[in-house]
Amino acid sequence: MVKFSLIAVAVGVALLLGAHWVSVDYLYFATYTILQFVVLATAWNILGGYCGYVNFGSAAFFALGAYSSVFLHKAFPLPVPLLIVVGGIVSGIVGLGMGYLTLRLRGSFFAIATLALAVVLATLVVNWDYVGGSRGAYIIRPESIDILGLKITYIEYLFALMLALTVIALIAARAIERSQLGFGFATIRDDELAAEACGVPTLKLKLIATTLSGAFMGMAGAPFPYYIGYLQPSSAFGLEYAVNSIAMPMIGGTTSWVGPLVGAILLGTAQQYATVTISSAVNLLIVGLMLVAFVIIAPNGIVGLVQERLRARRRQ
Amino acid sequence: MDIPFDLLLNAIMAGLLLGGFYAAVTAGVSISFGMLDIVNIAHPAFVILGSYLAYFININYGVDPILVSILMLPPFYALGAAVYQVYHVSFEKRGQDALRGLAFFFGLLFVTEVSLILVFGVDYRYVEAWYIGPSIHIGIVDLPLRMLVPCLAALALFGVIHLIITRTFTGRAIMAVSQDQLALQLMAADPIRIKRIAFGISIAVAAVAGALLIIIQPVEPSVGREYIGRVFAICVLGGLGSMPGTLIAAMLLGVVESITATFYGPSWAPAVAFGFLLLTLAFRPAGLLGR
Repeated sequence: MVKFSLIAVAVGVALLLGAHWVSVDYLYFATYTILQFVVLATAWNILGGYCGYVNFGSAAFFALGAYSSVFLHKAFPLPVPLLIVVGGIVSGIVGLGMGYLTLRLRGSFFAIATLALAVVLATLVVNWDYVGGSRGAYIIRPESIDILGLKITYIEYLFALMLALTVIALIAARAIERSQLGFGFATIRDDELAAEACGVPTLKLKLIATTLSGAFMGMAGAPFPYYIGYLQPSSAFGLEYAVNSIAMPMIGGTTSWVGPLVGAILLGTAQQYATVTISSAVNLLIVGLMLVAFVIIAPNGIVGLVQERLRARRRQ
Repeated sequence: MDIPFDLLLNAIMAGLLLGGFYAAVTAGVSISFGMLDIVNIAHPAFVILGSYLAYFININYGVDPILVSILMLPPFYALGAAVYQVYHVSFEKRGQDALRGLAFFFGLLFVTEVSLILVFGVDYRYVEAWYIGPSIHIGIVDLPLRMLVPCLAALALFGVIHLIITRTFTGRAIMAVSQDQLALQLMAADPIRIKRIAFGISIAVAAVAGALLIIIQPVEPSVGREYIGRVFAICVLGGLGSMPGTLIAAMLLGVVESITATFYGPSWAPAVAFGFLLLTLAFRPAGLLGR
């Protein structure tokens, strides 16, 4: 656990220094998006992969984080790291509420409710003029920022924050996976009724999972308005967040923390490339088709395929 | 707030007409989700696909959209049967229908929407027919034909489905299949075949509903997403798999949405369905007429 955290932090610092050494703005923009997807995919996987409960409303939790930043930016401005904490708290509370209302019933109700949640939150935001309504909100980010006497560009600052968040999310996911909590989650995924009968507090565990998962999504969304500069409901609630945060873990593999990381890096990079070279609609179509193909052909994702290959080699 | 009586009456009538149409959209989900236990969240995508086919044939060949919808029944039935076959072989048989089955349908929803955007663009499309413009006036109530005709067609469709399900052997088998597959096999009916038929019917109904939708309002590819909350709210509120319950719930939601749109503005209407869904799940998960 400690060893893994140290390695993860070391990799993060190495990436940060490497990026600072290259120092190309486009690189920051592109990798920020990919890291954001790593956090979203990891967050989705805490509930979806470990517990087996599907959340279609990732975009809603993400947008909730983004819009709480917009609200605070207007009401009483805070530094971005604090905004990330606030976004996480807001989304976590909504996740808890959703879970409490729907998770006592059959699992599919939760999935349906999350789908509808995105539509309703979008409706609320569209009708809420204070955060820009349907016109959207402008956030003018400073050119640069001083940290410990070191002057860096704002986009590098945002990149560093998202990198830190990614490291935290991955460490948290791995820690959950190997703790009692993770084993509890796995029993829910495999057979909820049997788990309940054996005395596993399933509802409590599920609520912990929805809260954690929602909170990380909100944290991923909180710096987004500063990154994009102009936030409107259709971009914050975009279907691409919902589909990507499902497709990435599914394609990477849902059983461990490696899957979402692999899936997000792979799909994220491919999409950055395709958006520039082809068109953004075609690249979303490819993501959708890959999702359908993977759930049918390779239900355990890339990680599952690799594991099978290794096992087959060992047997020989 | 002082509510003018004629405005209220008109809102209620419009809501009832809308509700009749909602019943047709939800009928398919009542079969797939309520009776077969297949959470087909891609249902609205098939509805929109039906809308676009109706639009394409209507604009290019001048065929009446309702007639088109009847012609679309066999191909959409076949499509539904095919989708079920894939679902069964890939998920139901392997016992993984919960997580991956949902992701599969979500992928279908997404792929359909993006494909429609690529083919037709994001502009609103509409159809032409003689009943789109005029309306009937009864006293102070206006009944626009472009709402009345789809509503009547929807109610007729709903009635036919109800008759099929309650009066025929296959229909009763559909009701039985999610409850006890073994008992069904003892009655000499193959559960997989019955489910395939039922899913085919549910997708065929979606196509008809799509043709009706594009009569009521102009359609663009992402309209389907608004219907996800609506159809599942109606389905749950009505009591899963209960056809009369579905009809009542659809009318209720139609009226509440229409009143909300009239008095608070149409931009609030999408939130109504979700409110209904959450309240139902919290207080009466079995639905209005649930067993």
